[in-house]
Amino acid sequence: MKQTKNVAELQEITKRVRRNIVQMIGEAKSGHPGGSLSAVEILTTLYFDVMRHDPSRPDWPDRDRFILSKGHAAPVLYCMLEETGYTPPGQLNTLRKLGSIYQGHPDRRFIPALEASTGSLGVGPSVGLGMALAARLNGSPSRTYVLVGDGESQEGQIWEAAMFGSYNQVDNIVVIVDYNKIQLDGFVKDILNLEPLAEKWRSFGWHTLEINGHDIPALQAAFAEAAAVKGKPTAIVAHTIKGKGVSFMENNPKFHGMAPTPAEMQLALQELQ
Amino acid sequence: MPTKTKFELKLGMATREAFGKALVELGRENPDVVVCDADLSKSTYTALFGKEFPDRFFECGIAEANMVSIGAGLASSGKIPFVSSFSCFVMNKGFEQLRVNVAYPGLNVKIVGTHSGISIGEDGPSQMSIEDISLACSLPGFTVLCPADEVATFALVRAAAALNGPVFVRAGRMKAPILYQPGHDFAIGKAVELTEGTDVTIIATGLMVSESIRAQEALESEGIGVRVIDMHTIKPLDRDAIARAAKDTGAIVVAEEHLVDGGLGVRVSQVVAETHPCIMEFVGIENTYAESGAPEQLLDKYGLVARDVIAAVRRALVRKN
Repeated sequence: MKQTKNVAELQEITKRVRRNIVQMIGEAKSGHPGGSLSAVEILTTLYFDVMRHDPSRPDWPDRDRFILSKGHAAPVLYCMLEETGYTPPGQLNTLRKLGSIYQGHPDRRFIPALEASTGSLGVGPSVGLGMALAARLNGSPSRTYVLVGDGESQEGQIWEAAMFGSYNQVDNIVVIVDYNKIQLDGFVKDILNLEPLAEKWRSFGWHTLEINGHDIPALQAAFAEAAAVKGKPTAIVAHTIKGKGVSFMENNPKFHGMAPTPAEMQLALQELQ
Repeated sequence: MPTKTKFELKLGMATREAFGKALVELGRENPDVVVCDADLSKSTYTALFGKEFPDRFFECGIAEANMVSIGAGLASSGKIPFVSSFSCFVMNKGFEQLRVNVAYPGLNVKIVGTHSGISIGEDGPSQMSIEDISLACSLPGFTVLCPADEVATFALVRAAAALNGPVFVRAGRMKAPILYQPGHDFAIGKAVELTEGTDVTIIATGLMVSESIRAQEALESEGIGVRVIDMHTIKPLDRDAIARAAKDTGAIVVAEEHLVDGGLGVRVSQVVAETHPCIMEFVGIENTYAESGAPEQLLDKYGLVARDVIAAVRRALVRKN
């Protein structure tokens, strides 16, 4: 694995990752393409630039940690693990099949390098706080990054964690909200509106940034700013587009939790060339 | 048949207090032991740990779900977290987090639920944990412990810390009669046969162990030989002790301060059915919530005293003969 700050190189990776996401979900015939595609730049920037980690030492105590709290976006995380070498090459298309290491939602029993088994929404920031507290006790430079969904932010536990993180000045954790504005039943604003979302995090005592979650330099700058903030955790509200990169998936609630048909998959792969 | 041991049943400390003291000792021995509590640390006695090790004590406020998940994160990074609250709150409000964050990845988190059963008393049913054995045992990979007195609590809390895996410890609010000599050796999964007897066996857990000893002493005076087993480990069960009791005595009474539905009795029944089917009777809370009252009054009203154990033994003996 080669870390890079070069934006063109990172963008090149995102193209490959998007094709893999569409293909693996298409082959699986089930899964959640929209929320994987919206988070590609966020994870690519973390795994290939920002995080201190070493795929040859997944149990390195001082590694930075990433938790995919919105566990249904497992495909984008699996692409990172494969691209960086945590998992063997050539198995992404076994997604969701019996015996695959690529379970429907991230499962540590199958991939020990995963920091958490997720899929039940709302719990990731709390688990991340536990890891961040352990790092603080150990005097470790380890930082913890947690990606939450916008629909997921309707869970009360997110706000329990938000209160705890700021009150305890846990400044080695970053929560990123993949704010793609769509959840399974439709648009977030029509189901249980989160607005004003950034103000909520700010009022809960977090250093809060609002950025375009597909803009790699903006992500790099936000993570750098978060690392410099002392005495406060950081929340990054990342405005994204659900289904980003595939025209007929973009902003389409249908593709929150539905796989493309074989024909749609071919069409999507052509668009992502 | 005469019993080997006489029990004074002198009132000792509550199992929750013994837990708090054991925790301090563990904290002194192992810097990786950390504690989380949810605004009940004076009641759960984790405040003792918090006072001595403030940097390793995490007051989570009244947010049990967050607390359980934080415990999972701490365990994931190599700490040995003891996560404590009233049993009804940590088990019920934290159950989803126990399932997905602790049991599913098999993390080394110790959940200690205090104020279990109905003997919490005046606070009433919203605070009474009568489902926790059922809930904890339903989590794959969990070890479930229910010590009967301060000596057992001290030993089993230490054994829980030494075990690498998720554990639930069930503790009570009331002062508990002392059954064991200090330093008694306990092993997780190994039941203690407190008395010998071949007419009937009482398998009890928690505060029902001392009530069962009282029942045994009364029955002994009538010439009925009762084997009393302290089933301090509810999961995994000591299958050998149960099979032996079924085979030797042909009748088993199970006594617990918990709903009969889904409790120790049901679990023992399975082992009996699989090994030596025999007569069984059950003492526990029958399909209801209790109410406010003094603990002693509630235990009497809801059928959890020696009298009720004796009645169950008599029913079993009638069916057996």
